Amino acid sequence: MTDKPTAGTGADATGLDASGAGTAVRDTAERDTTGLDAVPVLELDPLIDDRGTRIIVCCGAGGVGKTTTAAALGVRAAERGRRVVVLTIDPARRLAQSMGIDSLDNTPRKVDGIKGSDGGELHAMMLDMKRTFDEIVEAHAEPERARAILENPFYQSLSAGFAGTQEYMAMEKLGQLRARDEWDLIVVDTPPSRSALDFLDAPKRLGSFLDGKFIKLLMAPAKVGGRAGIKFLNVGMSMMTGTLGKLLGGQFLKDVQTFVAAMDTMFGGFRTRADATYKLLQAPGTAFLVVATPERDALREAAYFVERLAAEEMPLAGLVLNRVHGSGAAGLSAERARAAAENLDEGRMADRGDGKAGLSGSPATSPELSDLATAAVSSVTEAAPTAEPAAQHPDVDDVSTATDTDVRHLTAGLLRLHAERMRVLAREQRTRDRFTALHPEVAVAEVAALPGDVHDLAGLRAIGDRLTAGRMPSA
Amino acid sequence: MVRLDSVSRLQVVSGKGGTGKTTVAAALALALATEGKRTLLVEVEGRQGIAQLFETEALPYEERKIAVAPGGGEVYALAIDAERALLDYLQMFYKLGGAGRALKKLGAIDFATTIAPGVRDVLLTGKACEAVKRREKHGGHTYDHVVMDAPPTGRITRFLNVNDEVAGLARIGPIHNQAQAVMRVLKSPETAVHLVTLLEEMPVQETADGIAELRAAELPVGRVVVNMVRPHVLDEAAVRAASGDHREAIARSLGSVGIAGGTRLVEPLLDQAAEHARRVELERDQRAVLDGIGVPAYELPFLGDGGDIAGLYRLAKELRKQGVGA
Repeated sequence: MTDKPTAGTGADATGLDASGAGTAVRDTAERDTTGLDAVPVLELDPLIDDRGTRIIVCCGAGGVGKTTTAAALGVRAAERGRRVVVLTIDPARRLAQSMGIDSLDNTPRKVDGIKGSDGGELHAMMLDMKRTFDEIVEAHAEPERARAILENPFYQSLSAGFAGTQEYMAMEKLGQLRARDEWDLIVVDTPPSRSALDFLDAPKRLGSFLDGKFIKLLMAPAKVGGRAGIKFLNVGMSMMTGTLGKLLGGQFLKDVQTFVAAMDTMFGGFRTRADATYKLLQAPGTAFLVVATPERDALREAAYFVERLAAEEMPLAGLVLNRVHGSGAAGLSAERARAAAENLDEGRMADRGDGKAGLSGSPATSPELSDLATAAVSSVTEAAPTAEPAAQHPDVDDVSTATDTDVRHLTAGLLRLHAERMRVLAREQRTRDRFTALHPEVAVAEVAALPGDVHDLAGLRAIGDRLTAGRMPSA
Repeated sequence: MVRLDSVSRLQVVSGKGGTGKTTVAAALALALATEGKRTLLVEVEGRQGIAQLFETEALPYEERKIAVAPGGGEVYALAIDAERALLDYLQMFYKLGGAGRALKKLGAIDFATTIAPGVRDVLLTGKACEAVKRREKHGGHTYDHVVMDAPPTGRITRFLNVNDEVAGLARIGPIHNQAQAVMRVLKSPETAVHLVTLLEEMPVQETADGIAELRAAELPVGRVVVNMVRPHVLDEAAVRAASGDHREAIARSLGSVGIAGGTRLVEPLLDQAAEHARRVELERDQRAVLDGIGVPAYELPFLGDGGDIAGLYRLAKELRKQGVGA
């Protein structure tokens, strides 16, 4: 038997190049011409090469490949001569390992193995939100007060658990990295929030809380007489602290009050920094990339984000569309492929007269309804992969065993697979058309679907190549 | 065989972003609503994902019937809103309707529902647990099952366990008691936490991590739901055979069914087959990882174009076939 292509190694040595649709035959003659040709192409190389680009923010729904995109852009920019730091929020373990940052210590670490020219360098870090918060407290309060804050139970929960803390601290960290001026490009990944918009909302929310009436009320008992003249507030305060005391228990409220009193002098700083970072995001040196996949929910979130960024006057560079499928045989429609497959099967049944014997065939009905068990996998032969790729030894291949029927069966399978691929293409196209109708002005960079996940710098480089390859054939 | 799924009256559905947890939660609610039963599908993240799935207008803070399941069961839905839940709560226990509004004006409600650590989560899980425990006048449960479309895997343990934290933070008082009562439900066999995954590395890894976290927090792990499983059109052996020197034979075969230009098509078709084979192989690896976790799994097919209401019913049917509602 022939050898099998293994996940990382064998594929490129054989004729079985599994590197995905991006390498498919570029057959422009058969390219499906749709309205999408009008969509501007997002050119990412000019963006990362432009020394004026200082911050790139990758945002979008969960699970669309934001972190991978950020990391791939970081690698590419570094190898093109930029001094880059990538700030990731919650990377998958193996992705973090691919950049050599499996220690979560909240400081940028140099990534080895960057083939930089012109002194390009890559640093990467993972955000530790509690640590970032602690550092702010330590930096802005004298030691004794800092300790009081860090030991406060309310603070401990706030810094580790509050739904907006991560977003706020991501912004805080971004501001810090920018202020250090050690890097000429910062690539940021946004937190996996309930809604992608939390990234923009949460800092303001925390800011308005810290500035708000409520905090002042809570602080009032610690500043006796400070607002004695305002009768309403006093009434409000006693009613409220009474209610909250009842509800939360007196100790909780006391913890909050102690915390607020201790943080008092720092509030101004929080607000100022949040505002400064917000302005930084609006500045010309910043570019937002909205990341999505060609799926309904992801593109819906992307549309929200595009609208929101416009409303906030934040500079959108464009949309990165991950996991786009293409086909080198797009001229062959799904319908024709399916019909041809059926013809081949009919011929085969006539030959054999015994229905579906032999190789595991796929039912002629809709493939989604077919057996979900791993029937196909179970028929994999047990032959161990050999060292030499089959393509180099065509003479020892099992040509002799391949009967005409087998070839027909195989061809039918290839056609079914193609029909399925064409349906995926059509579905992706419809989803994208919806987005394009809403935002025709948004430039798009397409990234061909990869069969597997990224584990190393080489994988990130490959993504970088795909990010900048322009439009895919027939996609 | 004990079917924990039928015992568990609160079924929490989590999963990595992009794995389709809202769809799975909705299908599960439909599947559990067998004849004469009633399920409540709740969402807690304010995204109106349920309304989008069922193609209805945005859900108010109110339990309303959104679907009749195959066989006649009913599915109700509720989008839980932390602020409304808190105001309800104040009204219910303190008759504080008017005061609630005043508190809102002062920012206290906002504080309690968005800033105060965990209070928001206690209110959300608390409301779901209230629905689990609620009874009708005749004594039966209002809902046979409550299905929660919960926050993603990365946050699920903290979300569910926050009650412990809050119970520690608010050491006395009604919030403390509420938190403890909620925790009792969540840690009992009445609850099952399901994690939705795809047969891809990152979601599978996150599922493994999520299960370890849930177990460490003593929260009851239900099932792994392997979603969007695609059929294997060609097996690896066939693809390997194709990589042999059959290009001409395949081209002839294409020609025999009227597809011209076969020689030009063979290469891209074989590329697609190679990708497919690689995916089959990766999926097999991921399946092995999932098997190693030792949590029983449901499997749901990829819907393709069918990501609509009809698709939901198909998934529900599939879940019943695999034992849900039995």
